[in-house]
Amino acid sequence: MTPSPSEIIELAAGLRGRGGAGFPTATKLASVRRAAAPRTVVANGEEGEPGSLKDRWLLRERPELVLEGLRLAAVAIEADRSVVYFSDQAAEQSVIRLAPPTVEIIRVAPRYVAGEETSIVRVLDGGPALPLAKPPRPYEQGVLVLNVESLARLARRAAGESDPPLLATLTGGGRPATLHEVHPGTTLRALTEAHTPDPVRGVLAGGLFGGFLTTLDVEVSHDGLAAAGSALGCGAFRVLGPDDCPVAVAAAALDYLAGQSAQQCGACIRGTDALSATVAALRAGTATAADLDLLATRASRLPGRGACGLPDAAARLATSLLTVFPAVVRRHLIPGCEACRLPVDLHATSTSAPPQPARRLDQHTTSTSAPPQPARHLDQHTTPTSPPPRPARDLDQHAIEGVRA
Amino acid sequence: MKLLLDSTRCQGYGLCHEKAPELVDLDEWGYAAITRPPSSPEDDRAARAAIEACPAQALRS
Ligand code: SF4
Ligand code: SF4
Repeated sequence: MTPSPSEIIELAAGLRGRGGAGFPTATKLASVRRAAAPRTVVANGEEGEPGSLKDRWLLRERPELVLEGLRLAAVAIEADRSVVYFSDQAAEQSVIRLAPPTVEIIRVAPRYVAGEETSIVRVLDGGPALPLAKPPRPYEQGVLVLNVESLARLARRAAGESDPPLLATLTGGGRPATLHEVHPGTTLRALTEAHTPDPVRGVLAGGLFGGFLTTLDVEVSHDGLAAAGSALGCGAFRVLGPDDCPVAVAAAALDYLAGQSAQQCGACIRGTDALSATVAALRAGTATAADLDLLATRASRLPGRGACGLPDAAARLATSLLTVFPAVVRRHLIPGCEACRLPVDLHATSTSAPPQPARRLDQHTTSTSAPPQPARHLDQHTTPTSPPPRPARDLDQHAIEGVRA
Repeated sequence: MKLLLDSTRCQGYGLCHEKAPELVDLDEWGYAAITRPPSSPEDDRAARAAIEACPAQALRS
């Protein structure tokens, strides 16, 4: 039984987008429904965030949930075109196997900004996967882009679950990446304890978007993290374990962002590069107090200066490094921190310790009857049909730890 | 009126700032940054002049 368009929009009430921005799903559905035909719905599985693997996992292991959500969203907006959009090669077969022939499958090259809504609009129009200036926003033009987890949650709502869990990816702390189902009320502390038994000095939250956070007693939710001055984003957390230096992690993350800038907006190219260069100097022990003042000023001026959110992520990262870890930062001024200047391998898989089983946060099973897999060892070679436990090594191609020291 | 900047188009010519110094600032590399929306008839005139002056068509209302 397919619900009516307005029933589907009601089903989506309270759900927030899981791609990063957290936009209310029902609002998006309703505004695209009002747009003139032709209307397109896109299941966005292109997680540009290096520390996230939930979207790949959903496409590989739970494509039926994503496709059901896509079908419901298409009904809700009376879509003329339905598309699944992603870059993960391993997901292709699982999606093709289940997708009805009317669903288009578009696979693009992986890139931080390829999952931006406006990049997708450009690809649909035959262009490159690069962001466009807003407004107009895609949903004002009849293109509904919903993250694959947003769609999976819509499908779970339709199947009778009132509060489907969120997915969160944890990396860092010298551990392989772990994926978790997060039920309402779960704290960041419980989540990091499920990732590592070691002490945790903080996290880089919301992929690369939420900045550093040392308060772990916050609820893992949009509101919980926003109240702590951070952001849930795509639900990826880079844990800072006892051996992780925030300056080194920030330098690696900013280096990654600077390298991923789509080179379209002058303010983003120059601004992000400048932040990255200063934090790299801090890590190398060659930065002065005046450099830090300039870093703070530049970071305060960068948000909102690009067509997409990349410069905002870079700015928040730099600002939070300065405000959350002021003492650590001061220790890195000339002549710097000895430990940081040692060749540090930031790869999560560089430890020879066996991967920890990712403890599920609770034992509820889903109404889809599919047992929620903790997805311990997702890697790019895992086939959707037979996921053998493997170390998560290939994820590091994208993980920020993969950015060399 | 609104004053919108398409940052993918801005080439840092800086002419916008000459025409509307109250509304558009330039960063240390010369790229435009909108400082506030136009809020008076005078602002609107300045904004229109800036839009017309931009050789990269990076500004619009
Ligand atoms: S803001 Fe940066 S990453 Fe985004 S489109 Fe502009 S240049 Fe590219
Ligand atoms: S005149 Fe146009 S190209 Fe030049 S700085 Fe202003 S907006 Fe940018």
